Amino acid sequence: MTENMRPPPSDLPIAFENVTVTEGSVTILDRLSLTISPGEPTFVIGPNGSGKTTFLRAAMGLVAPTEGRVTWGGRDGVSPHKLAFVFQRPVMLRRSAESNVRFTLSAAGVPRIEHDGRVAELFKLVGLDGLQKRSARRLSGGEQQRLAIARALARDPSVIFLDEPTASLDPAATKAIEDIVRTITARGVKAVLSTHDLGQARRLANDIIFLHRGRIIETGATSEFFESPRSPEARSFIEGDLLV
Amino acid sequence: MNTDASALQLVLAVDPTLVAIVLLSLMVSLSAVLIAAVIGIPLGALIALTRFPGRGMAIVALNALMGLPPVVVGLAVFLLLSRSGPLGSLGMLFTPQAMIVAQAILVTPIVAALARQTIEDLWEEYRDEFAAMNVGPVQRIGTLIWDGRFSLVTALLAGFGRSAAEVGAIIIVGGNIDGFTRTMTTAIALETSKGNLPLAVGLGIVLIAIIIAINALAWWARRTGERYAG
Repeated sequence: MTENMRPPPSDLPIAFENVTVTEGSVTILDRLSLTISPGEPTFVIGPNGSGKTTFLRAAMGLVAPTEGRVTWGGRDGVSPHKLAFVFQRPVMLRRSAESNVRFTLSAAGVPRIEHDGRVAELFKLVGLDGLQKRSARRLSGGEQQRLAIARALARDPSVIFLDEPTASLDPAATKAIEDIVRTITARGVKAVLSTHDLGQARRLANDIIFLHRGRIIETGATSEFFESPRSPEARSFIEGDLLV
Repeated sequence: MNTDASALQLVLAVDPTLVAIVLLSLMVSLSAVLIAAVIGIPLGALIALTRFPGRGMAIVALNALMGLPPVVVGLAVFLLLSRSGPLGSLGMLFTPQAMIVAQAILVTPIVAALARQTIEDLWEEYRDEFAAMNVGPVQRIGTLIWDGRFSLVTALLAGFGRSAAEVGAIIIVGGNIDGFTRTMTTAIALETSKGNLPLAVGLGIVLIAIIIAINALAWWARRTGERYAG
């Protein structure tokens, strides 16, 4: 990733136009229409099974809509190259931490001569300096999550999707991830995160997409969402009621 | 002197006949495993990663071929390589090369079937990450084979075990010719039938020792590799 602010990302805005995703007879996303714009992080929140992960996958192009369409920077049906995804439980390749990042650099077509510099920069960025030679699968959960972010950033993305990146992490590991999100946002990378952690959404989000049962219940600026939710579902969710 | 003592004496004395038989056996078995690896691992990867009509049948057939009867393979290779057979002009019958061919036919389905399972399991695990990283097909196959290397070594060991212990096929296509195509297993069969039990037992001890040594080496390599690569 370059140190300087990048020009406006070409894969943004990401637009959902009446997107429905079904699996068999189950509707996972139900006629979603919205736009993800450049800037500060966007958070997708909602209870389990609300469709957060599928939403992120559709925005990444990993899931094709059953109906409707998703466009990236106004382009339809174009495979997005500058997008990156960090899964909730990232899978580490069976090799060293450093080799995991090198693998992504190779897959992204980065010339080999640049690998050393990029690896050093990325490990420093995610706070894993000194762990380059460790087996990736022997890192702790928090370290693996940070390595997955380094691997995603190796693609030099304009947008990074993080699916519940701090689920099951302790406060220190959560803070480390949040610091990385702030750093990459300052460098011009758009972060789109899903979470159950409302505190995290308050701390990091610029805007909120609230999903329930595959439908958008509410979208808006973070302060507006938390201070004056318009829907009873959002109100219940914010107040910690069990939303089923 | 009893049979066991005589056998041990033969082994400890490094009998030249015994050494020649052991070396030929290793050459034949390891060559067969090498050929099986070159054919079986890419074949297993191909079946694991592609979808085509009849794929299920191909998997069932591959698994079934793991149980190929050695004498039937020996007979088929014999018919192919015999003077009146389609490959008779090669003059390979009753040579170590014919024995390698027969064993490679026996071992390749084992390696391919186990490689398919290994690579398919790994593919299920890596599929999402590869999609997100936009990994191309060549890098994908190479990575799955590399990351599955420890399990693939086990597949090769299973193949080696099959070939090292095999007698039915190589006795048909090799002819068990003294000093030329006589291996440990064919020699054990012959010497037992002749009543020369010390040599038969001596060869049996060496055969088992070699199989244990190779498995121990592979286990050590796997442990060491996993420590660094996970």
